[in-house]
Amino acid sequence: MIERYAKQPFRFFSCMELREVLGKRAVDVPRLLELIEEAPADSIYYHTYSYYLRHAYTQQLYSNDFANWIALYAQDRVLGERLGVLDPFEFSDIEQLRGEILSIMADHLNHSTVVTRCIVSEPFEFIRSHVIEIPLGLEATTLGEFYDALAIVEVGAVYNHVCEARMRKKPRSADFADWLAWEEGLGLQDLASKVEQAARLGLSLEGMRNKILRLCDQELTRQRAS
Amino acid sequence: MLEYYRDIAPQGTVELLQQLGRRVEGKSLVHVNSTRYGGGVAEMLHRLLPLFDELGIRVRWEVMAGSDLFYRATRSLYNALQGSRQRITPEMYDAYIECNRESAKRLNLDAEFAMIHDPQPAALIDARPHGATWIWRCHIDVSTPQHSVWQFLRPFVVRYDAAVVSLPKFSQRLPLPQFLVYPSIDPLSEKNCELQPDEIDKVLQRLGVPRDKPILLQVSRFDRFKDPVGVVAAYRLVKKSHDCRLVLAGGTATDDPESVEVLAEVQEAAGTDPDVHILLLPPTANLEINALQRAATIIYQKSTREGFGLTVAEALWKGKPVIGGETGGIVVQLIPGVTGFTVNSPEGAAFYTKRLLNEPELMAVLGRQGKEYARHRFLITRHLQDYLGLLIYLQERGRTG
Repeated sequence: MIERYAKQPFRFFSCMELREVLGKRAVDVPRLLELIEEAPADSIYYHTYSYYLRHAYTQQLYSNDFANWIALYAQDRVLGERLGVLDPFEFSDIEQLRGEILSIMADHLNHSTVVTRCIVSEPFEFIRSHVIEIPLGLEATTLGEFYDALAIVEVGAVYNHVCEARMRKKPRSADFADWLAWEEGLGLQDLASKVEQAARLGLSLEGMRNKILRLCDQELTRQRAS
Repeated sequence: MLEYYRDIAPQGTVELLQQLGRRVEGKSLVHVNSTRYGGGVAEMLHRLLPLFDELGIRVRWEVMAGSDLFYRATRSLYNALQGSRQRITPEMYDAYIECNRESAKRLNLDAEFAMIHDPQPAALIDARPHGATWIWRCHIDVSTPQHSVWQFLRPFVVRYDAAVVSLPKFSQRLPLPQFLVYPSIDPLSEKNCELQPDEIDKVLQRLGVPRDKPILLQVSRFDRFKDPVGVVAAYRLVKKSHDCRLVLAGGTATDDPESVEVLAEVQEAAGTDPDVHILLLPPTANLEINALQRAATIIYQKSTREGFGLTVAEALWKGKPVIGGETGGIVVQLIPGVTGFTVNSPEGAAFYTKRLLNEPELMAVLGRQGKEYARHRFLITRHLQDYLGLLIYLQERGRTG
């Protein structure tokens, strides 16, 4: 077997999220809708995409904060479910995602006769996300090196190279799947598409890491056998 | 020292901190508060400062000192900001201003960044050196303050570059960015480090607590908001069906007459029950608290009002199932059915206690998950990471204007 070397190495970056409290609070769904309309894009990002950056135990019913709060606190299960099924990675930018959320909420409110107020003392608090990227000083030029590095990096790196890279449209060299597929990278199209799919399964970050490691391991085994 | 955390903190954390540290290496940072010993803020600064230093940040800690009147004034301000009605005289406000003015002359505030902790030194903002970035670190809940007191403090606070709060709901409307940073515990401190079984046995023996039956524990000051009488009521309900002991461990403050009253109420509620142990511990009893928490079967923090409630994180770190009041920071630490249970009454506490005593497997699962959750969210390494991130953000914002 001839080991494939990438022309452009993969450089691992982790990230951390600094959370800014915006002081905007909603106690019912109509107010939540108004605030989603006017919230900065980084706040919509925090309550949707960066949900994946949180610890798996805090991940509730659905993979965005709006759906969870509406279902659990504003007691509107139907609207919670309609928002809960949204996959943020289907949208090409935050504004498209915001538009879809607003349209679902407006449609639901237009057809609803009762406005339920939040019945517990937990208003929806708008938070804005500031993502700080951190170089880890680790790089890979072969699949084996990629596997070894991915196994030990801080889990924020998984978020950075799977979620953040796709969302912020970073260069191909910063996205796991893109680099694996790229000719300047490893040129492994099949593995790349499986890795891309792994990000869409709704797994926690550790779950994503383990899934991608398993896929790389299978590919390494296949290469050794051929 | 950072190396000591390598096997404790989540994977890759030490490297992450080192990389973050490089971005602010050589910068100077001064922390200012009003006491070097006693209280959660001082405890945390003692542990955090060596870590900042190791990462190449030129860190200092300055402590303001004042007259008795200043301390009385700041105690009242502190309580009033947290919503308790206080009478604050003009002389007390004057003492506050005067002490801040004097401290500004005495303390070395020359640093690129300053983190000013809590309301006591907030007025030092008058002495901010040109070009320095000042952060007000508010550890308390100022969401429903006594109006007149907030009106007094607000003009100082609004001149800071940023504020840091422990929970979103603790924040106030302010025209400056407010960041969210949870407080933390240090897994290597005397209160949280690993203990050998025989050490735990010795401490419990010394405290007169036999280990012959399940131990229910609450560690907290004898304060009405911690609801120790409610804990005794919950124990009574549990005791009808399950043989167990209750340990209430805490202290009273000599300057707080209410705590003496609450202690008397708890003693009365406990009566002559030999299975109820009321332990008055000094503030330095870290080893004793550690041993009690490790010996406990279930740990309560049944507060009716709470700040962040770091005793919950301490209990989670020891792998114990926790039952806490649905208030303050307890709700971000206890995820119902995952890391513990939140309750609103003694009956609720009794219900979950019985359930846990009946299901040892559930206790083990909650304990394991709680420890893992604390590892990611409530250890000092995450706290340091957030502070470094804040310094980097403010530094870069300063560069870009």
